Amino acid sequence: MPLLNVSGLSKRFGALRAVNNVSFAVEEGEILGLIGPNGSGKSTTFNCIAGLYTPSGGSILFEGAEIAGLPANRVCHKGIGRTFQIPRPFRNLTLLENVALSAYFGQDRGATRANCWRFAEEALALVGLPTDARAVTDGLGAAALKKLELARALATQPRVLLADESLNGLDHSEMEQAADMLNRIRREKGITIVWVEHIMGVLMRVVDRVVVLDHGEVIFAGPPKDAQANARVVEVYLGTETDA
Amino acid sequence: MDCQLDIFFLEAVLNGLLLAGLLALLALGLNLIFGVIDVVWICYAELVMIGMYGIYYAHKGGVPLLLAALFGILLVALAGAVLHQVVIRPVLDSAPINQLLVTGGVLFFLQAAATMAFGVDFRNLGIRFGSITLADMSFSYSRIITFGVALAAMLVLWLFLSRTYVGIAIRAIAQDRQIMPLMGVDQRRIYLITSAIGGGLAGLAAALMVLQYDIYPQIGLQFGPLIFMICVLGGLGSLIGGFVAAFIISEFIAIGGSCFATEWGYAIAFLFFMVVIFIRPQGLFGGRS
Repeated sequence: MPLLNVSGLSKRFGALRAVNNVSFAVEEGEILGLIGPNGSGKSTTFNCIAGLYTPSGGSILFEGAEIAGLPANRVCHKGIGRTFQIPRPFRNLTLLENVALSAYFGQDRGATRANCWRFAEEALALVGLPTDARAVTDGLGAAALKKLELARALATQPRVLLADESLNGLDHSEMEQAADMLNRIRREKGITIVWVEHIMGVLMRVVDRVVVLDHGEVIFAGPPKDAQANARVVEVYLGTETDA
Repeated sequence: MDCQLDIFFLEAVLNGLLLAGLLALLALGLNLIFGVIDVVWICYAELVMIGMYGIYYAHKGGVPLLLAALFGILLVALAGAVLHQVVIRPVLDSAPINQLLVTGGVLFFLQAAATMAFGVDFRNLGIRFGSITLADMSFSYSRIITFGVALAAMLVLWLFLSRTYVGIAIRAIAQDRQIMPLMGVDQRRIYLITSAIGGGLAGLAAALMVLQYDIYPQIGLQFGPLIFMICVLGGLGSLIGGFVAAFIISEFIAIGGSCFATEWGYAIAFLFFMVVIFIRPQGLFGGRS
């Protein structure tokens, strides 16, 4: 049984069909890339899974149980963490407070005050940020803010991590490091990752499979090397490169 | 005009300081709610009035003053939570003007209901603490007690907001509402707790005000506009801003009242408020206008 099974998912905003009958499954321990051009429905799909949007139709099964329509805090408690494309740290809190908040509220499994601080420190250490209680968010660069975003999601002790454009705004070496970090998180923590990204090269190196969306529909699902050879994917996603 | 830098001027300054404690406490409650929920409880002073009546009737019914005060605090904390659930929650996604009108409706409802229930008589507990005289300056004990308790309450709230997970969540949600549920935070619960705390602060203010002021259904009109002005002057939602603005406005009222007349003190305070808002619409410490 897949860990996460999205089936016939649809989301409409008035007359606009942002996501239309999207289905894919995520196996435990894999990194699945969810790619597509702008407006293809990637973030809407993420928001439906994370509970920020109520789907217009379809089903989202997590560990065999329906989670479609649950509020975001309940989805988080079930074990699904989500990062944002644009990091949104709480500037009035320290780094440790930012992450400890996730550790405390993100678990519905009897987290205590003491182990919340420990979870927070572990998450900060895992992404390579200082665990000093006085460290603040002021002055953090794009890469560090991405790491903080990741640490906050990890502190909720998720089984599935929804990583939204983790490479956005990073330079080439930071991208490679970020991709390696996601791989390490999967390897060391056993966390399953669904990764939305538009920077293909780095993503293809790390993911096990990709699902390609276009105009809210799945046009391809399979290994990365097959995606790169698929004519329709090349047309809708890489079209500008082949045209050139 | 009789305004000289003499002992009476110093007395006015110090009495302004004592008044500031109470006003800062009231502004803190209103600012906390606005900062977290983004709704201005224009009826906040009417909650104080409810608390004052609660304490009055509890004490007159034989309950010792301290217990009556505790009852008043809990009563208004409950009223704050009920106000949120019944009135605010349904309009959370509405336009700010609708939210303002709804809480304005509650203001007039509470005033009218209190008039019907308690009449228009001015009531007081009949407790006189007396005053202390220092170097020809006189300070009432009730004002000193009010100042001390208000500062202590603010300290306790600061500790709560900085040392507890719920307190940290309250500070965080004031900054970014959308991301909190993704961290597992039940936003509705935080809103409810914040409303109860805001109500509790109004209840505490009521417990302190019954020591100094008569109780009547329109007492909210005496304090409501003043609290709102302090919050806007400091920057709506800014706890520090409200604290500082309370001291500024209190000194305008006290010194203006000492040099001219009490009404002039209020007039000068409001004039100062208007000038600041013209220059800095977001208030002294606010990030948004």
